[in-house]
Amino acid sequence: MASHGVVLLNSWVSMFGMRVMIALKEKGVEYEYREENLTDKSQLLLEMNPIHKKIPVLIHNGKPVCESLIIVQYIDEVWNEKYPLLPSDPYQRAQARFWADYVDQKLYGALRKVLFTKGEEQEEAKEFVDVLKVLEGALGEMPYFGGEKFGYVDIALVTFYCWFYAYETLGGLNIEAECPKLIAWAKRCMERESVSKSLADPHKVYDFAVGLRKKFGVD
Amino acid sequence: MATGEEVKVLGYWSSPYALRVKWALKLKAVEFDYMEEDLTNKSALLLQLNPVHKKIPVLLHNGKPVAESLVIMEYVDETWKQNPLLPQHPHQRAIARFWAKFVDEKEGEEQEKAAKEAREHLKTLESGLEEGKPFFGGESIGFVDIAAAWIGVWGEITGEIVGIKLVDEEAMPLLTACFQAVLQTPLLKECLPPRAELLEHSKRFRQKLMAAAAAST
Repeated sequence: MASHGVVLLNSWVSMFGMRVMIALKEKGVEYEYREENLTDKSQLLLEMNPIHKKIPVLIHNGKPVCESLIIVQYIDEVWNEKYPLLPSDPYQRAQARFWADYVDQKLYGALRKVLFTKGEEQEEAKEFVDVLKVLEGALGEMPYFGGEKFGYVDIALVTFYCWFYAYETLGGLNIEAECPKLIAWAKRCMERESVSKSLADPHKVYDFAVGLRKKFGVD
Repeated sequence: MATGEEVKVLGYWSSPYALRVKWALKLKAVEFDYMEEDLTNKSALLLQLNPVHKKIPVLLHNGKPVAESLVIMEYVDETWKQNPLLPQHPHQRAIARFWAKFVDEKEGEEQEKAAKEAREHLKTLESGLEEGKPFFGGESIGFVDIAAAWIGVWGEITGEIVGIKLVDEEAMPLLTACFQAVLQTPLLKECLPPRAELLEHSKRFRQKLMAAAAAST
């Protein structure tokens, strides 16, 4: 079988699932993609991730790996002959893990607030921008997080880029004006095929977000 | 240990996250200096070493800081190779990381979390243990054991305060046994904060939380 026993359970709009897609593409791993309907989860998903029942799930030779950053590390460790995603030096690795953890801890929560409040809520928008500014500071003058090579933190963060249009429109933000270096970095990442082919279309993401807000009675 | 290695840990006596770091270093027989932080008056050093979160624990190795307890544990495991904490096989490593993250997400120190919910999560955590193997790490203490066994102490104290048994031997026999085995290991036991003080501290902390919650309604 062409996919060599690698299956990804995902939802097209999930920035977490996109991380896994980028990692697999960077490594040149062929896999079978299965779109999950999150309002009607498949038996396979419930079996492979019984604890959280969430996507993404990577199934490799029948064994599941859950949680996007854990999956990306798994991919890096299994397909380790080329294109390392994490640095080799333990201190650099710790920095990479720290910043990826920061994205998960701070960015996602701030984004959800922007998404699920009315556009006039300035507090939520400010919190979100503050988090982006910290990340921009961590990037510094380097082309990618951690240095010259595209890697783990870039993968952890860049998948949010396709959601920026939705956040800007719904939150009344101009992210490029606030964080020009970060946007420049995101565009640089988008020049990589692994990224441009994995990120969803921002306009489709926007439509999805609008639908979600209606569903939860925000609009 | 190489000569000239400088290892410091910035921590707080009642923090289970700082405990994880102490345990990881002890299991690797890495000597370190421990520095107690006053969290009501954070040192300039802490703010300099962890400007992003301003939290303990922070590991300082030859002048370079690492923050976030699970990140520190992975760094310790990769830097000092004796007594590995994580398994070798990538899939088992992924499972260990999964359970450690589960503990952080579900059993965080927030005591306002409903104790019943915490109990349910502990029953889920039990499913990560294999009958016949004393630890999450198998025959020896590993990554998840270090990440989780603090619950055996803190959970017991919370249970005492709220009147619900969190770490219940009947409902979660494997987990109870695992925690006990870790907590009774002399090298690790000596790092534990004194129980009476921890109980008082937890009671005061809980009162503050409830007062804050009442004030905001």
